[in-house]
Amino acid sequence: MANTIKVNGTAHNVDVDGDTPLLWVLRDVLGMTGTKFGCGMALCGACTVHVDGVASRSCITPVDSIGTSGITTIEAIGATAAGAKIQKAWLDREVVQCGYCQSGQIMSASALLASNPHPTDADIDDAMSGNICRCGTYVRIREAIKQAAQSNRQGG
Amino acid sequence: MILDHITSGSAGSVRSSANSVSRRGFLQAGVAAGGGLMLSLSLPLANGEAEAADADGFAPNAFIRIVGDGRIVLTMPYVEMGQGTYTSIPMLIAEELEVDLKQVQVEHAPPNEKLYANPLLGVQATGNSNAIRGAWQPLRQAGAVARTMLVSAAAKRWNVDPTSCRPQSGEVFHAPTGRRIKYGELAADAARLPVPENVALKQPKDFKVIGTPAKRLDAPAKVNGTAVYGIDVRPPGVKVATLAQSPVFGGRVKNVDDAAAKAVKGVRQIVRLDDAVAVVADHMGAAKKGLAALVIEWDDGPHAKLDTDDILHELERATQNPGAVAQNIGDIDKAMASAITKVEATYQVPFLAHATMEPMNCTVHVRKDGCEVWVGNQVLARAQAAAAKTAGLPLGKVVVHNHLIGGGFGRRLEIDGVIRAVEIAKQVDGPVKVVWTREEDIQHDMYRPFFFDRISAGLDGKGMPIAWNHRFAGSSIIARWAPPLFTNGLDPDTTEGAIDLAYALPNLHVEYLRVEPPGIPTAFWRSVGPSHNVFVTEGFMDELAAAAKQDAVAYRRALLDKSPRAKAVLELVAEKAGWGQPLPDRVGRGVSLQFVFATYMAQVAEVEVSTDGEVRVRRVVCAVDCGTIVNPDTVRAQIQSAIMFGLTAALYGKISLKDGRVEQTNFDTYQILRINEAPAIEIHIVQNSEPPGGMGEAGTSAVAPAVTNAIFAATGKRLRKLPIDTTALKQRA
Repeated sequence: MANTIKVNGTAHNVDVDGDTPLLWVLRDVLGMTGTKFGCGMALCGACTVHVDGVASRSCITPVDSIGTSGITTIEAIGATAAGAKIQKAWLDREVVQCGYCQSGQIMSASALLASNPHPTDADIDDAMSGNICRCGTYVRIREAIKQAAQSNRQGG
Repeated sequence: MILDHITSGSAGSVRSSANSVSRRGFLQAGVAAGGGLMLSLSLPLANGEAEAADADGFAPNAFIRIVGDGRIVLTMPYVEMGQGTYTSIPMLIAEELEVDLKQVQVEHAPPNEKLYANPLLGVQATGNSNAIRGAWQPLRQAGAVARTMLVSAAAKRWNVDPTSCRPQSGEVFHAPTGRRIKYGELAADAARLPVPENVALKQPKDFKVIGTPAKRLDAPAKVNGTAVYGIDVRPPGVKVATLAQSPVFGGRVKNVDDAAAKAVKGVRQIVRLDDAVAVVADHMGAAKKGLAALVIEWDDGPHAKLDTDDILHELERATQNPGAVAQNIGDIDKAMASAITKVEATYQVPFLAHATMEPMNCTVHVRKDGCEVWVGNQVLARAQAAAAKTAGLPLGKVVVHNHLIGGGFGRRLEIDGVIRAVEIAKQVDGPVKVVWTREEDIQHDMYRPFFFDRISAGLDGKGMPIAWNHRFAGSSIIARWAPPLFTNGLDPDTTEGAIDLAYALPNLHVEYLRVEPPGIPTAFWRSVGPSHNVFVTEGFMDELAAAAKQDAVAYRRALLDKSPRAKAVLELVAEKAGWGQPLPDRVGRGVSLQFVFATYMAQVAEVEVSTDGEVRVRRVVCAVDCGTIVNPDTVRAQIQSAIMFGLTAALYGKISLKDGRVEQTNFDTYQILRINEAPAIEIHIVQNSEPPGGMGEAGTSAVAPAVTNAIFAATGKRLRKLPIDTTALKQRA
C-alpha cells in the first residue's frame, strides 16, 4: 500500500507494507542513509529521528503510524537551532570516532536541548542512555551537550 | 584534507607507475600520472620476509603525490575506523613537507599486498595499534625528501643557493629577493631531480604539526549524516538481503519452506546455501519480514550439544600438562622450592563478541566477467582475494571499494562476511547488499578466545616475588590468521602482556597451550593477548601484595627499579588518583600497570559496590607514556574509548553457548556500557621524545584489573573471572 510521509519538509509517497519500519523507508527507499541501523529493537538509538520534534527510534516505528507528523532526520537537523548548536559542539569537542552512532546521538541530544535548554547531568543521562556508542565517546558527548547548553545561556 | 575525494580505485595509475620504478633505495621519485612529483617509499619490514619473497624486490608501500595544482595526495594504507589515523598519518607528512594539514588529501589505498603491506604485520592490514609505530620514521622521511627536492628545484630555477631558500606553507620562499613559488609549480621539475641520499628530519623542537591537537578531518561528515560507511552504499539497482546462518557452528540447512517468505511484499528471491538462507528484497524491512516468515529446518551437525562449560573443562584439563615455553628466566623450580610463601590461583576470561555499531555488511555485484565489492574492511587485499576465489574469477577482475568503518576492533580484520556476501551475490542478478541483523552479527561473530590460566608465585621472607609461574590455554588467532608467525607452539599476540612484564622478576616461567574450541571461530578483539593476560597478571600481582600485607602501589613500585618509565606512570597515577586517601565504606581503589603495544600505562579505578552487589565505576585515572605523541587529542580520545570498551567487557562481556547455540542475541543480552554508567576519566600524559607507542588498544586491557582490584579493596572479594559476577558481591545481611 502507498503511504505518504513528510521527511524534512518534503512529502514522499512510498509503496511498502504499512508495518515497514520507518528506518528502512528512509535508508533503502528514499536513500537517506544518514540514519543508521544498529539493533532493530530500539536498544541502541542509532536510528533516532524526530517525529514532530520528539526523538523516536525509527527501527520500530511502522511507517503507517506516522500519519501527518513531520519527520526530521540527521540530514536536516542542522537547520534547527538546537541541532546546529549540537553539531557545532560535537565538532568543537571532537566527539566522533568511528562516527556510526553519532547521527542518533546528535538527534537525541538535539531533542533534549530543544525541550530543555539547560539540562542537568541527570537530564543528560535520561535523554542519552538509550544511545549506545561502542567507541565510548560518552565523556565528550556529555561535555558537548553542556557546551551547546552554555551557548543557550549566552543567548547564542 | 578532502575526504569526499576518497575512492579506492583512484590510486591505480600511481600503482602502475610505481611498478616500473627500479630498486634504487629507500625512496624513489618519479613523474606521477598527473604530471607531478611522486614519491614512493619502502617501509622497513619487521622481519624482511615479505620483501625477500618478492622477486621484483622493490615493494613500495605508500605514496605521496604532489600534483600540478598543488594538491598533496597521500595514498593511505591504513583504514579509518574511528582511531583517527586519517588525521595523524597525514600530520607526519605535513610536518616534514612544511604544508598545512588541510593541504594533504587522503585516498584509500587499493587492495595491493605488495605495495601496502603493514610494515609490522607483513600484510595489508590495519590493526595491532601499530600505524604510527610503523609510519613514524618512513613517512616523515618521505616528507623530508619531497621537501628537499622541491627546494632544490626552486633554487635551480632561480639559480640561487638552496640554503638561501626556505620551505613554508606549501611554497618555497627566497628570503634575499622575496621571491616565492608554490610546490605545485615545482612538482614537475622536482620529479626530474635525483633523490637525495640523506635528508635531515626536523628536530622535535621545530615541530609545528606533530604534537598539536589537530582537528579530526573526518568529523564534519560524521555529524551531518553524509559520511558513507559500507552499509550506506547504494549502487544502481541494488537489492538488500539479510540472512539466517546455521545457529550451530558447523550445521547445515536441511529443509526450507519459503512459501510465506516469498509472499511478503518486496521480497524478490530466496537464496539457499549449504549452511545459510538469505532473503533478497527491495529493502531491509521486507528482507527481515521475509526472513521471519521462513521455516528452516537445520541439521545441527557435530556441535549440537556443545556448552561453554565443555570448553572450560577442556582448557582446565589442558593446563594440567606442560605447554610451549613462552618465557623462561632464571630457575623457576629452584626458586619456588626456596620460597617462604606460595600463592596460587586460576583465572578465566570468556568469549567476547565485537558488536561493532555498524553491523556486518557487504555489497557485491557478481557478473560473468567480473565482480565489484563495496565494504569497510581492515584487510583489503585479503578481501579482494577471497572475493575472487569465491566468485571463481581472476584477482584482476575483482574491484574492491573500501569505505569508512563503523567500528572495527578486530572484527573487520576478517573476511568471512565478504565470502558470505559473494556466495549470495553469485545467485543474484544485479548488485546485492547483504546486511546482518544484530542477532546474526552477535551469534555469528568470530570471538575473542576463552582463556583459562593457572598462575602461582613464590614469595621471599619479605613477601616479594622470587618466582612467577604462569600457564594458560586457549585459541591462537595468529595460527589461523598468519600461520608463519605461529612457531614452536607460540605466537607473539597471545602471549603479549604475560611474558614481558615491567617488573623485575628473577625467576619467570610462562607456558601456553594452543587449544582450539570445537567449531567456534575466534578472532582478534581490541588488545587481544593483553585483554586476557593483563587481567591475570595484574590481578595476581594484587593478590601477592595482599598476601604480603603491603600496599598495592608500593609493592609494585618496589619491583620497578629497572623500568623507570613504568615506575613513572605508576607514581603519576597514584598521585593524581589520590591513592591512599580515605574512602567511604564499600568504595575502593584498584591499580593496574602494564607495558603493551610499546606503551606504558597505569590506571586507578575508583569503584563503589552496593550492598546488593551492583558495581559502579565512579572514576578512572590513567597515566600514560606512549613516547612521542603525534596528536595528543587522539591519544586522549583513544584512551577514553579503550577504557569504556574494556569496562563494557569487565562488567557485561560474555558470549556463552548452550546446545551449540550462542545464547546472546542483541544489546539486551549482550550489554554495552551506556552514558549513565560511564565513569569520569582523567588522563595524564608523560611527555618525552621516545619512539611512539601504540594507542588504540592499551587502555582496554588496563581497566579490567584496575576495577577488580578496586572491588577487592571495597569488599575483600577477589574476582578471578570475567565478567564481574555481581551476585558474589552481595553483602550478607
